[in-house]
Amino acid sequence: MADRKDLTTTKPAESNQRPVSPAVDIFEDAGGITLLADMPGVSKDRLDVKLDGDNLSIEGSVELDLPSEMRALWAEVNVPRFRRTFTLSRELDAGRIEANLKDGVLTLRVPKQSHAQPRRIEVTTG
Amino acid sequence: MLDTMLSRPQSLFDQLDAMQRLLSRSQGTESAPGAIRSVAYGAFPEINVGRAPGSVEVFAFAPGIDASSLDVTIERNVLKISGNRVSAIPTRDAKVQLYANERSQGRFSRAVTLPDDVDTMKVEAKYRDGILRISIALSAAAQPQRIAVN
Repeated sequence: MADRKDLTTTKPAESNQRPVSPAVDIFEDAGGITLLADMPGVSKDRLDVKLDGDNLSIEGSVELDLPSEMRALWAEVNVPRFRRTFTLSRELDAGRIEANLKDGVLTLRVPKQSHAQPRRIEVTTG
Repeated sequence: MLDTMLSRPQSLFDQLDAMQRLLSRSQGTESAPGAIRSVAYGAFPEINVGRAPGSVEVFAFAPGIDASSLDVTIERNVLKISGNRVSAIPTRDAKVQLYANERSQGRFSRAVTLPDDVDTMKVEAKYRDGILRISIALSAAAQPQRIAVN
């Protein structure tokens, strides 16, 4: 993987490990959808938020500033990468997505299209 | 270096160990190997511990926390990390529709037994990008020494 070149001891087998799916909170209010994703250890320059058609993907790699000759005694986090993809629906305005990264939490705000107003559907009989 | 930190050595024993964990989980009893203070998978925050020549490094993956709410204590070689994570989901608003609520919230606490040869008076803790890193120096006797040959 190209994005792992800077990691000194990448073993081929490990670069094939599937990235971890970050835990998220997603909620919607009148103005749009907010998504929060836990990505600890990911700094701004190692974060990638991509939009491809309706597919919104978030990806990031963990950066730890480690002393030399470190050996693991206990490890619960084994894969230093996050990735998750979401499908957006049409009434959302993908062009106006705002992203903010703070303390390892990514917050995405996806506003609704301005014309996507709530409307009432008339029911006819007969 | 990151890989040595983030993955446990791949030996036959580790594979057996992983298999045993898997088995015990499928039977409904989680028996993590070794440490008596280890907890079931998925606890918050997740913790990695590494040993460097001069120190023991503890990494707690705790994103989205106000650093002032973090509480780190060491008592008799047991390191305890606790704090509070405030949910960002607006409550009491009927118009808010919640779709996913996977991020843990509220008070948390975890404990780690440190090796015996650390100097608990020399501890540094830093919080950056959602990772709390605690460095505990090894005691002078445990530091690598050079013995002069006469």
